[in-house]
Amino acid sequence: MPAVSKGDGMRGLAVFISDIRNCKSKEAEIKRINKELANIRSKFKGDKALDGYSKKKYVCKLLFIFLLGHDIDFGHMEAVNLLSSNKYTEKQIGYLFISVLVNSNSELIRLINNAIKNDLSSRNPTFMCLALHCIANVGSREMAEAFASEIPRILVAGDTMDSVKQSAALCLLRLYKTSPDLVLMGEWTSRVVHLLNDQHMGVVTAAISLITCLSQKNPDEFKTCVSLAVSRLSRIVSSASTDLQDYTYYFVPAPWLSCKLLRLLQCYPPPEDGAVKGRLVECLETILNKAQEPPKSKKVQHSNAKNAILFEAISLIIHYDSEPNLLVRACNQLGQFLQHRETNLRYLALESMCTLASSEFSHEAVKTHIETVINALKTERDVSVRQRAADLLYAMCDRSNAKQIVAEMLSYLETADYSIREEMVLKVAILAEKYAIDYSWYVDTILNLIRIAGDYVSEEVWYRVIQIVINRDDVQGYAAKTVFEALQAPACHENMVKVGGYILGEFGNLIAGDPRSSPLVQFNLLHSKFHLCSVPTRALLLSAYIKFINLFPETKATIQEVLRCDSQIRNSDVELQQRAVEYLKLSSIASTDVLATVLEEMPPFPERESSILAKLKKKKGPGAVSVTDLEDNKREGGELNGGGDRGPDTSAMAASNASTPSPSADLLGIRSAAPIGAAPTSAGSLLVDVFSEAGPAAPSAAVNDDGFLSSAPPSEDPAAPLSEADDLLNKFVCKNNGVLFENQLLQIGIKSEYRQNLGRMYLFYGNKTSVPFASFSTTVSCPGELQSQLNVQSKPVEPVVEGGAQIQQVLNIECLTDFSEAPLLNIKFRYGGALQNLTLKLPVTINKFFQPTEMASNDFFQRWKQLSQPQQEAQKIFKANHGMDTEVLKAKLLGLGMALLDNVDPNPENYVCAGVIQTKGQQVGCLLRLEPNAQAQMYRLTLRCSKDSVSRRLCELLAEQF
Amino acid sequence: MIKFVLMVNRQGQTRLSRYYQPVELSRRAALEADVVRCCLSRKKDQCSFVEYKEFKLVYRQYAALYIVVGVTDSENELSIYELVHNFVEVLDKYFSRVSELDIMFNLDRVHIILDEMIQNGHIVETNKSRILAPLTAIDKMADG
Repeated sequence: MPAVSKGDGMRGLAVFISDIRNCKSKEAEIKRINKELANIRSKFKGDKALDGYSKKKYVCKLLFIFLLGHDIDFGHMEAVNLLSSNKYTEKQIGYLFISVLVNSNSELIRLINNAIKNDLSSRNPTFMCLALHCIANVGSREMAEAFASEIPRILVAGDTMDSVKQSAALCLLRLYKTSPDLVLMGEWTSRVVHLLNDQHMGVVTAAISLITCLSQKNPDEFKTCVSLAVSRLSRIVSSASTDLQDYTYYFVPAPWLSCKLLRLLQCYPPPEDGAVKGRLVECLETILNKAQEPPKSKKVQHSNAKNAILFEAISLIIHYDSEPNLLVRACNQLGQFLQHRETNLRYLALESMCTLASSEFSHEAVKTHIETVINALKTERDVSVRQRAADLLYAMCDRSNAKQIVAEMLSYLETADYSIREEMVLKVAILAEKYAIDYSWYVDTILNLIRIAGDYVSEEVWYRVIQIVINRDDVQGYAAKTVFEALQAPACHENMVKVGGYILGEFGNLIAGDPRSSPLVQFNLLHSKFHLCSVPTRALLLSAYIKFINLFPETKATIQEVLRCDSQIRNSDVELQQRAVEYLKLSSIASTDVLATVLEEMPPFPERESSILAKLKKKKGPGAVSVTDLEDNKREGGELNGGGDRGPDTSAMAASNASTPSPSADLLGIRSAAPIGAAPTSAGSLLVDVFSEAGPAAPSAAVNDDGFLSSAPPSEDPAAPLSEADDLLNKFVCKNNGVLFENQLLQIGIKSEYRQNLGRMYLFYGNKTSVPFASFSTTVSCPGELQSQLNVQSKPVEPVVEGGAQIQQVLNIECLTDFSEAPLLNIKFRYGGALQNLTLKLPVTINKFFQPTEMASNDFFQRWKQLSQPQQEAQKIFKANHGMDTEVLKAKLLGLGMALLDNVDPNPENYVCAGVIQTKGQQVGCLLRLEPNAQAQMYRLTLRCSKDSVSRRLCELLAEQF
Repeated sequence: MIKFVLMVNRQGQTRLSRYYQPVELSRRAALEADVVRCCLSRKKDQCSFVEYKEFKLVYRQYAALYIVVGVTDSENELSIYELVHNFVEVLDKYFSRVSELDIMFNLDRVHIILDEMIQNGHIVETNKSRILAPLTAIDKMADG
């Protein structure tokens, strides 16, 4: 047995460990361990008091056993006993055992706290460190209560030893993280910042972790750390490699400390003080310069340490995103690393270049490396590096290189790892759409995508290609031809069949002139795939067939034959059977005219997705779309289609229902008044903005649609509402009281109460200045049709508001019928000589007239079903604007005025509410369902009301609230 | 932030584990096995940083021993990579050419060293002689 144990080696322990090592099998090992556990247990239980050494030995054995993966359920008491030993090694083992094995809710904490208290007051630095360490490791509430006030004192006391300061800093950090309420800011906080100046580098290293965390939570309070960090960094960066002695690592001065300083600076914007900023820029330049100098050592440790600092500096440069010169230099440096022989460097360079691509200053510089990155995608042997390369290509993509990048990503997809295929598919789809100039290229790309990676093409992707083809008549013929060719493959993916069925059903006529793709050939081709497809696809194909009957009367007999056959008309699947029966009947009894109307070409889809993409581009620069943005797009795709199963297929079905307006239109978000049937497939501009086309045709509808946003103030109005009026209004949807508006002169507070269809609102106008407001007057008006919907009466106010005084105004409100607009409040007064004139929106929203309705689950769903007309439902999928805290959500929903119903929705995560809106003329029943998706930070909000305009209005209002 | 430090040998046996965020014992075994499998399967020319669930693994191999550090996104990979080396150099200095056996038989001391370098998931000390100061003091006491 090798006698390798050092110092005061514990022989028994060494023997035990050797025994374990010599065990031939797992069983033997377990046997040996059980024997040892029994031995230790008997020793601990024995009558003979154990001395410190034995206790230490046994506790140490237990630790070792724990490490081998066995649970230890005794020995804690002995470990606690060791804490009060005066021998360092015994105390240390005791503490080690506790910090490894005791969790924060143990009952022993009180005993442990006692020992810690003794050690903290011992003034023995090594004991103090052990105790601080233990607090930091366990970090329980009880410990925080006992020591939270003590630690800051130890940390900043002048006579505290350096090593104790280090432990105290980390200990305080832990307590601040677990129980922030117990760590009170105070006089110590400013002194903590000054630890950055401490002459001892170890203390600085420890203190930075604490300061970084504190700064993230209270940036203003710790702002002074920026200049201190810069000067510290500057001293390190400019020091000779030997200056810092033991903190120099392979000729690099204090690499870890430098990284932490640079990381701390990333909590703040660039320093405002010119001198500090100049000094920092100088540091960053020096770091970049050093990367070009010949290495002081050939050792990899040297270059790694140097590069660790370099990467952190580049992160800071990217974080500031304001120094074009540094950004471009950073990019060039990373470019060099892209071809470095160290895989680690290539990986990190790809990773940080990805963030660099999103800066407008360096986007072009990043693009120059495209060939290298493509090469990395093809040749890297490590999948995680390839993944980074793919991410970077995505980030650097813009109109100029989209074709090349998409082609490379497509070819990579053929061999890509399964784990990343779906993400790649989405990325390709997004890029193809975003940068398509030529839509035949877009169609080719998506069809290729389906061909190469059909299983990974999510529904959103193929819905999208259909929407685009429908909306762009210049690409329809090409799409029909291409998809027809793609379907020639003996085995093609089901997604291809779906796209093929849909497109040929709509536009098969465009290629029917060619005898090689005559109607019957097209039909036979589609039908040859039919039997291999799943039910939803077959349903879609049946719809395509009935469309064929309309497009090509000559196929009627063949198709009717197919529909009539038992496997269709008696299919066990209800949906298929119903389609077969209905289509067969329709094709037999309807005249060609009727058929042509019913089966008319699909109207263009409303374009809403592009708005999100545009926003995204504006925000982040054209290149950068992170995974979260991808999620956005994915979601948005879903929304476009009304979510889930309402794909184009449903729309095709809906078309066969013939009645105007097509219900599908509502599913897809067009408001009821938009003339669906009438919208001709006009030229390509449709993709850009469908609404602007529809607008002139139905002006009243358009105004309704946009709600507050587009309401032009009626002419009698003296001023347009403030630009932030809508935001102010939105704050009051779920609450009745608060400050509506405030500027330097005036504060307007609101208190309001509502009963049935009546409301009373108290407005408080406060003069914040010391000068009286003269000619003070207010007018409440109901613009446009609101006049007939809402009745607001107000008493005039006194014409003078003294300095510092407040006056009150009472409004009586009556809701006559449901409404979408908000009444306007115009305020005029003279301050000094100048006339002040402002207009706000009064937060009177339709939900104020809610009466909550309690109901049981059965009732709820019964009513839900009763309100099933498409226009009665309004739905929105949107990103969470605020945290998704349950209590906050509940409070908001209650503030809305509806009853929040428990145990109604089968999914406990969801919220359902019910209420009745009381107007003078009628009552409007409303049901609400809010489905949060915490992972994606999204909500789906669905409203069903007995009046469709109410559904829409509530949906608009509420989407802003969560 | 550093989530955990593991020392495992090529057979997958854990020689040292230190968690800076509580992980249940039952999950530790699974996590360690998974992490080891993840690192062992990688070749020399693959990069030393692996994305693993919600954190990143930074690993370095010394003969048959792997040192794996789990870190959050906010940590600088290369600096952790070199921290591992610094740790090994400290061990080397103390045990004069450290081996797996040294670590097994002197687990308490390895823990002391690690605790001097990393506390609570943050780097506190990188200076070798200061890291070894408490141990040197103990050994002196034992000798005297």
